[in-house]
Amino acid sequence: MSLMIIRRALGALLLISAPLVAQDTTRGVRIGLTYDPGARPGVVVLPGKGVGADSIRAIIQRDLDFGDRVSVIELDAGALGEANRVASPNWRVLAKLGAAAAVQVTLTSTGLHLAVYDVPKQTTALIRDYVAPPMSQMRGWRAVLHGLSDDLEESFTGTRGIARTRVLFARANRLWAVDSDGEQMVLVAETGTPLSAAWHPNGTMITYTTLIPSQVVVKDLSSGRERTVAGGSGVFISPVFTPDGSSVVYGHGVDDGVDIYIAPVTGGGGRRLSVGRGSDNVSPSFSPDGRRIAFMSGRAGHPEIYTMDADGTNVDLLTPLEFGENAHRAAPDWSPDGGSVAFHSKIGGTFQIMTISLRDRGLKQLTSDGRNEDASWAPDGRHLTFTSNRSGVKQLWVLDVETSRSRQLTRGAGEARNPAWSPRLSSN
Amino acid sequence: MTRRIVLSFVVLLGAAWLGACRKKPEPAPAPTTVAVADNAASQRRADSIAAEATRRRADSIAAEAAHRRADSLANARGGSATDADAQRVQNVLRQNLSQAVYFDYDKDQLRDEAHVILDGKAAILMANAAVTLAITGHTDEQGTAEYNLALGQRRAAQVKRYLVSKGVEEGRLTAQSLGDSQPAVQGTDEASYQQNRRAEFVAGNASGALARPRS
Repeated sequence: MSLMIIRRALGALLLISAPLVAQDTTRGVRIGLTYDPGARPGVVVLPGKGVGADSIRAIIQRDLDFGDRVSVIELDAGALGEANRVASPNWRVLAKLGAAAAVQVTLTSTGLHLAVYDVPKQTTALIRDYVAPPMSQMRGWRAVLHGLSDDLEESFTGTRGIARTRVLFARANRLWAVDSDGEQMVLVAETGTPLSAAWHPNGTMITYTTLIPSQVVVKDLSSGRERTVAGGSGVFISPVFTPDGSSVVYGHGVDDGVDIYIAPVTGGGGRRLSVGRGSDNVSPSFSPDGRRIAFMSGRAGHPEIYTMDADGTNVDLLTPLEFGENAHRAAPDWSPDGGSVAFHSKIGGTFQIMTISLRDRGLKQLTSDGRNEDASWAPDGRHLTFTSNRSGVKQLWVLDVETSRSRQLTRGAGEARNPAWSPRLSSN
Repeated sequence: MTRRIVLSFVVLLGAAWLGACRKKPEPAPAPTTVAVADNAASQRRADSIAAEATRRRADSIAAEAAHRRADSLANARGGSATDADAQRVQNVLRQNLSQAVYFDYDKDQLRDEAHVILDGKAAILMANAAVTLAITGHTDEQGTAEYNLALGQRRAAQVKRYLVSKGVEEGRLTAQSLGDSQPAVQGTDEASYQQNRRAEFVAGNASGALARPRS
């Protein structure tokens, strides 16, 4: 969305394939750009050469753009043509475009070759080669490219990007995963009416619940192996891993309300944590330090967000108690920085995404267009995905909470529900 | 609404017809009133739809019951119950057992009409000690899947508690939520939502002939 389009007539332009000075660069090290946190560094993604060059450039541009931390400076057709003819970066023009850096990625026989140019210093700032599967293995190949984009964002801003992440969600009684850019949607689970899912902290496993049979499942994504962690009569809902990954915490109930339980991943049965006394207690979400759990409870007669210690003690009401027809707060998700909890609240007969600060209980309403529910934080603590019917059918959307910029993540037939954003991924 | 009207009507019709078989025609059942308490606009709309449905249901029940009474009286004059009658009784009993009950938006309280339907089930279950009943709770698609799953469980549990209060052994009943995963009808209007806010029933150990409840 809204790439910064520079439509000036560009004269003699850019770049490339001048002998590059190889540099000893270490992964994650900040390159020497001048970065003002209040302003986004401008970045030009230069056209590469050979097969796949256009796709590579388009994917990186989109990743950087979706990261909302750098300004991607788009080149017009004339400039692009020039770029392909000229042999070295045209520092003057790049500087005139406002670029702090220029990036070029080329496909190699073993993967991808990255070059980053520091425009103010007129030097090559970074050279790196990435091992990647062949382009025909699209999902794995794109994953490496997304990882490259995240490296770039980290180099430019000091904060790692979230391009190499995926979002789990339910659609048509099946569970799917989609890349952060909305591509590569794959089926993850389909038997037993899988409903809600969450990621293991290391991104290699997921946990989800099914209705028939009623159970909590842990699935290894690379081997496909599944294990039932808890099951039986009644419902099993809204599972999450503990931050150490050793257990699953979930909602379970038979005849007398739904309470929050914990069960080890290795099996051994569930133990009740919450004392709901017949009320509904679902949607647990851990604080990053693992000490507290935010959850939804109907114990006051309608759904509100509460917190409790990880052992179920010291319950506090988090959201300000409200009465009347708008009293309905649900689906809490604790932010990765620990500072706030996102949830949805009934406002004017529909639902909107809000956050509440743990420090001062300050409330922020983040959405207003359509019906918006079920927020899940990205690992950068800055983006949220949630369901919205603003474009018609309920789909997943992504919101940058700092700029309020939003984009549609999923498309296609059928309502998308229950999104769960992965941690940063290094494999699969 | 068709399915709901037909099903609701089956239980009352069944009661009327079973009564008629005993040559004790009952007066036509009084229209039931749907108790709804919520002041949201959508709820008012739901109220009107429900009231209209209740009225139409009552009308057709009354007409059909009168018709059945006439049939039964004619049969009675002609002699004893036939095999076809016996089969009819079995059909009615099974339909009573499987007839769904409906709920108000975001509520698990039983409506008056649900009490009537569940009383019918309880009577059949009491007369057939081996028969079990699996109760599934369902919701409309409004709200999150997780909230709806909990709400569906409350609905199923509420139904189970009521049947137990009427004397059915708890061990013969199971309560299971399916949330909004299995809508009875597709659609995003209130009429569709109303048909999806329900508890459904599947009888077990009921392959043989069912005994009629004692009146």
